[in-house]
Amino acid sequence: MISLNLEILRRNSPEESPVWKSYAYQTEDENANIAAALTDLNQTLENPVRWECSCLQKKCGACAMIINHRPRLACDVPLKEFVRAGSVKLEPLRKFPVIADLIVDRSILFQNLKTMQLWFAEEAKTNGSQTAYEASRCLQCGCCLEICPNFYAGGEFAGMAAMTLTARLLTALPESQKKEIFKAYRKHIYEGCGKSLACRDVCPAGIEIDKLLVHSNAVAVWKRKYRHEK
Amino acid sequence: MQNVIIIGAGLAGLSAAVTLAKENISCALISLQNSERAQSVLAEGGINAALNTMGENDTVQNHYEDTLRGGVYLADPNAVQNLTGHAPEIVRWLENLGVPFNMTDSDIMLRNFGGQKKKRTAYARSSTGKIIMTALIDEVRKYETAGLVQRFAHHNFIQLLLENQNCTGVRIQNVYTKQVTDFKGIVLLCSGGMNGIFPGRTTGTTQNSGDVTATVFRQGVKLGNLEMLQYHPTTIGISGKRCLITEAARGEGGRLYIIRNQQKWYFMEEKYPELKNLMPRDVVAREMYFVRRELGGEIFLDMTELPEIAWEKKLSDLRQEILHYLAVDPKTTPVPVREGIHYFMGGIDTDVLHRTNIKNLYAAGECTCQYHGANRLGGNSMLGALYGGRKAAETIMHTADFKSEENQSYTGKIFPPASPVLIQEISQILLSGLGIVRNQNDLQTALRELEMLSQKKVYSFYEQNRLLLAKAMLLSALERKESRGAHYREDYPEKNEIFRKTAIAECSPELNIRISFRPIPEKRSDA
Repeated sequence: MISLNLEILRRNSPEESPVWKSYAYQTEDENANIAAALTDLNQTLENPVRWECSCLQKKCGACAMIINHRPRLACDVPLKEFVRAGSVKLEPLRKFPVIADLIVDRSILFQNLKTMQLWFAEEAKTNGSQTAYEASRCLQCGCCLEICPNFYAGGEFAGMAAMTLTARLLTALPESQKKEIFKAYRKHIYEGCGKSLACRDVCPAGIEIDKLLVHSNAVAVWKRKYRHEK
Repeated sequence: MQNVIIIGAGLAGLSAAVTLAKENISCALISLQNSERAQSVLAEGGINAALNTMGENDTVQNHYEDTLRGGVYLADPNAVQNLTGHAPEIVRWLENLGVPFNMTDSDIMLRNFGGQKKKRTAYARSSTGKIIMTALIDEVRKYETAGLVQRFAHHNFIQLLLENQNCTGVRIQNVYTKQVTDFKGIVLLCSGGMNGIFPGRTTGTTQNSGDVTATVFRQGVKLGNLEMLQYHPTTIGISGKRCLITEAARGEGGRLYIIRNQQKWYFMEEKYPELKNLMPRDVVAREMYFVRRELGGEIFLDMTELPEIAWEKKLSDLRQEILHYLAVDPKTTPVPVREGIHYFMGGIDTDVLHRTNIKNLYAAGECTCQYHGANRLGGNSMLGALYGGRKAAETIMHTADFKSEENQSYTGKIFPPASPVLIQEISQILLSGLGIVRNQNDLQTALRELEMLSQKKVYSFYEQNRLLLAKAMLLSALERKESRGAHYREDYPEKNEIFRKTAIAECSPELNIRISFRPIPEKRSDA
């Protein structure tokens, strides 16, 4: 039996001041995670906690939130971790505008990808590149942006969520796009990154961000020939 | 303003959006969350296409025959011909979008999958859906920036706008601001499977609630083969859901066993010496059910004999997942598995061109009853979504009559969502009737319980819709007095040619449900 308090920072709308609310929660399931606790809890509340979720198996990034001061996915965090402390604190990500309770609007993340024009303008084969594979795994959850000392919404620096997608493109970038993408990379990634690499530690997908970053810098900034492993 | 409104931004929706945008047709792409959160990212094992890169003389004809046979001849052969015929071109298209498929020295590598004798499944380790989605989302971004695709993430489907059996648009609510808008135009539903009818019991996402299907059913859209639920043989229970263990685990050599007389009994290998553990999913799931009923205990998936290279290059993500959730290393320890609801072969009834029975309303992807008959082959779901989305878009661009009407804000009443308690009650009743093995008695009992629940109080709009959909599912299963594919009736254990038909469910304006059986179209020579 797991028994603890869920401390949740709540507000009904962006305009409201947030208030900490505490909910006692118990479950028989020793493997239950934060996502399951929120689902259960909501069945009992008149004003359910608003949060986003989708896959419940850390493959979609929907349920990113701050769990005891750290950006994580609710479906990735077992309650067991907090049984001794007796409580766990849940807050919305702070780098994005809050909609209600634990929901934030991550639109800026997707807007940045458009600003950088991250797509292949013509056909491009990545030929099974491991780098392209690793880069494609990015969930766009925003945890790396949350922890990053250099990222803020509306700033030039687009953060590692944009770097990963660029890294895929860089494995097979057509000649016609090189100038623009390299320029965007320098401006929106290279020049903003202070290399704290806190992103690597919090990435829920376990993407080796440092490796991708080194590769991408080499290609887009230092123009070294990109010899990605097959 | 837009020409087409696409509901759902998974593989089918994205494929449709790209197809339309290429022809300069604008669309609004509406989804509860961004594409990165769509269920398509969960697809693991791969996508089928007779690329014949493995020297096995594979052909489109083989793929066509396997798909029809796997679906026990309940799919429209013309549609399957289109699907399998275009599969190689679709996978090449994905390759050209930069999808890093696993490769041989010179070409796309293919692996074995259930119900198919030849290697036909292209893959990116065991995260194929996620990797394809990343490339396709990038491709759609190009058209978003050009203004041809307008994304409306965090927007919820409320209901269709209908005028005399003609769809004129769809009512949509912005979940963040609560604002409601009537979007005007041709509507394409790509809203996914009905997982939310069985909360916590499927391998899918919580976002595919089934509410779209339930609502359009109530509004007069016909549904097909609702009894055809696919139970995937290998799932594990994790917090809040069933988690899939990809069929690729067996494709790469994983074996199922149960303990009999203190020994491992590899029952699939003994019973099906040709395809062994790679029989179609309905067969494997049913055998698992029977041997467990006979012997008790758990069934294990034994992957301990897989070569190192398979773990390294083909299933690395799967190993991580099992380690994470079960604290078991599948390289050294067999994994206990159970059948879990994984896919809905049934859904919105469409013709080969993806038209529904309502004018200007189309559907594609898992929300439809198309391509998979009574049982879907592994590797055909992503193909069905990508091809279906494209085909629907092509039909729209070739036949639809575009009007340019402005969207209008709507200030009237919006119904509350269904209560979680009722959703659970309906789910329990359905599960009692729609298990892997079914019979008349259980189905009638479930129908009686559902009827009692329906009479208990006055329900809201979305609650009524769910009750109606649930009733249609049970009635479809009751009326199909045969065993075929995923639908196994122990009181009618054989398949019966009389029922080689699509079970069509219709809801009348008075909310009465009628089930009828429509013959499968003959194969046309020009298909």
